[in-house]
Amino acid sequence: MQGIEKAFGVNRVLQGVNFEVLAGEVHTLAGENGAGKSTLMKILQGVYSADAGEIAVDGHPVTINSPIAAREAGVGMVFQEFSLVPTLSVAQNVFLNREPRNALGLIDEEAMERETEKIFETFELPINPKASVDRLSTAYWQLTEIAKAISQNARVLILDEPTASLSKKESEILFALIKRLTSQGIGIVYISHRMEEIYRVTDRITVMRDGAVVLTDHATNITPEDLVEAIIGRRLENALTYETHGVDRSGTPRLEVKGLSTDHGLEDISFTVHPGEVLGLAGLMGSGRTELARALFGIDKHRSGEILVDGEPVSVTTPVSAMEAGFALVPEDRREQGLVLSHSIRDNLLLPLLGRFSRGPLMDERRSRQFVTEVLKKFEVKGATPNLEIRLLSGGNQQKVVLGRWVSTEPKILILDEPTAGIDIGTKGEVIELIRELSRTGTSVVLISSELTELLAVSDRILVLRKGRLQSTLDRSEIEDEESLQLTIQGV
Amino acid sequence: MSTSTSTPAPAQADTAARKSSVDWRNYIIYIGLVLVYGICVIFLNDSGFATVENLLNIFRQTAMIAFMAVAVTFVIASAEIDLSVGAVAGLASVTAAMGVAAGGPVTGTLAGIGTGVLVGLVNGSLVAFARIPSFLVTLGMMGIALGVAMWITGSAPQPILSPGFNAFFGGGSIGPIPALLIWVVIATIIGAIVMHRTAYGRRVLATGGNEQAAIYSGVRTRRIIFSVLMASAVAASIAGMLYAGRLESGRYQWGSGDELSVIAAVILGGTSLFGGRGAVVGSVIGALLIGVINNGLVLAGLDTSQQNIVRGVIIILAVALARRK
Repeated sequence: MQGIEKAFGVNRVLQGVNFEVLAGEVHTLAGENGAGKSTLMKILQGVYSADAGEIAVDGHPVTINSPIAAREAGVGMVFQEFSLVPTLSVAQNVFLNREPRNALGLIDEEAMERETEKIFETFELPINPKASVDRLSTAYWQLTEIAKAISQNARVLILDEPTASLSKKESEILFALIKRLTSQGIGIVYISHRMEEIYRVTDRITVMRDGAVVLTDHATNITPEDLVEAIIGRRLENALTYETHGVDRSGTPRLEVKGLSTDHGLEDISFTVHPGEVLGLAGLMGSGRTELARALFGIDKHRSGEILVDGEPVSVTTPVSAMEAGFALVPEDRREQGLVLSHSIRDNLLLPLLGRFSRGPLMDERRSRQFVTEVLKKFEVKGATPNLEIRLLSGGNQQKVVLGRWVSTEPKILILDEPTAGIDIGTKGEVIELIRELSRTGTSVVLISSELTELLAVSDRILVLRKGRLQSTLDRSEIEDEESLQLTIQGV
Repeated sequence: MSTSTSTPAPAQADTAARKSSVDWRNYIIYIGLVLVYGICVIFLNDSGFATVENLLNIFRQTAMIAFMAVAVTFVIASAEIDLSVGAVAGLASVTAAMGVAAGGPVTGTLAGIGTGVLVGLVNGSLVAFARIPSFLVTLGMMGIALGVAMWITGSAPQPILSPGFNAFFGGGSIGPIPALLIWVVIATIIGAIVMHRTAYGRRVLATGGNEQAAIYSGVRTRRIIFSVLMASAVAASIAGMLYAGRLESGRYQWGSGDELSVIAAVILGGTSLFGGRGAVVGSVIGALLIGVINNGLVLAGLDTSQQNIVRGVIIILAVALARRK
């Protein structure tokens, strides 16, 4: 792509962007939300057309003015929101709307299944092409999407946040497939907010900021700090360096959990958290981290065990009783569990606080309006007005709304389940800073994160869970580096 | 490559465009009512459409629909449905009439309300706590209520001889204002305040918009669902007594088929069929619109079969126009 320009009205979102992917290369496209990545990729997919500039595939200039033209030019896209029909089989999805016909003009199911099997053989992944997609894990959804693109002879494949909904193990399958695809000469555009991943899979990195390319180089030549600086345009001072802040563990613990077991896979979990302490929860996908968060917030029923807050036993059977006991939970899935997407920012902010803003049976409109304005300002939610539908905000700003409302409940114990998933690096830094600030003011934080860098940056102690049981409790000083923590998590 | 005219607008303009179109769609029901009313006035003036008597008549015919629509707005806003309101109104008209005959107007009123509470208890518990889809539960309840009403009366009308009961429920008037109007206005005001100005209303909308997120925010969504179904059954039983009072008898036929008009009124009024959005005043206006259409079609001299067809077409058109992406 050469000299791509694009303006929406007076707003020039792309200014002379050059971007290339070599055959067999994985090229990461990085940048904050609004930097122009998505617009550039949409031009490549034929969703938007560029105002100026040229696109060539395998050296041949192509005109891409529709998604169909993009496909014919050899550009394949794996959608972040999967575009599969869940009730159809893998093969039916791969050949959706271009099914091979037999002599009678009927759909040739066998040919479809044969072809599909062949593609997956080149992936070296066994799959039953007749399996209905909704029976497969999300990783296989993605693989089916990729197979679909490959079957259309894609030369360039765009992967947009491909691991967002994958477990660690599933991500490994994907990374292996990416290697195999590049060895077949396919070029890959990789979009991700996750630093470790970028460095694992990428050959080159291009960073965009404010509609222009600010950096293109081999990954080996760019340090993570440089990368972050290029993306956000300033240095994140010490954002990822742990600072001891001397938690006082002599008094009554803020939270004490004794022998907690649930029907959702937790067995005999015991631990304590002190005022102002940040407790990290580490473990593989399915190790029980999210289940522990859910149990503490009263969503999953407890089978046995005891919970004490400030030394007093509390009964946590519903989210309401958990909130009364002093808990708040920022859930894992922002869109499903955190927000009512069709409602306004204001309604979403107020949802857990309705009781506080009621005067008799009625809502206190004036006071709630004032509160909403304050929170939006304090948490620097960009582009937000109280009545705007929340689905129109970027992921990072949506998450700030969720964080803002739970912090506003003034919890004694704030549980954060993957608080930085799917948000841009600048906002990640702000979330980490927020956690530090809360712990300074005495709030206890329980943090779940799959990004170990992040976990190590703020946790004073780390619990490692494995198959629903507590495997070890590590003091921050006992952990040398990310690698040693990774080994502990994997139980090596 | 050149910019095509179909290029999507930038994010901000997009938002603004969406906002203004939402505003426009919010008022579609009012525009529709004015439009249909205007057409009727112009074309049916000779048939006496615009007379005060006829307008009051329209109102009397749609009052029960409007009354039930207020409560059903909450049900639909919480992403549930209540198909049993028409049949429950019929059953309550019968039990109230029998109550009046056995022990006077107070007993009759208690019997009517009691019927609603009982139905609400069953509907609410089965949907909220046994987690059976409300579509199925209330569809079943529609048959049960109708059957019980026929059974206990032997399908015979139950005359109500208490002038007090008849006057209080829908038959009477205060000066020139019919009692039915007062019932509907009060229900609308209470409904609108509860929906838009109380924490309860927000919780109903949150439950319908995304139940998971509501649970994670500490909303007791099961109680909310129970309560909206209870309210709708009680409202249906009051509507049944309004029928009984106005027509001075209880009959299983009262309210039959009303569930469809009620749901159409609610959807026309701007409440989302998928939950999360509720417009109480819109529902009442929707009911009036249906009433005006019905009346206009009769005055225009269409026979029943033609009325049904035209009504169906108008409802589909109106909902299509009011639809949101």
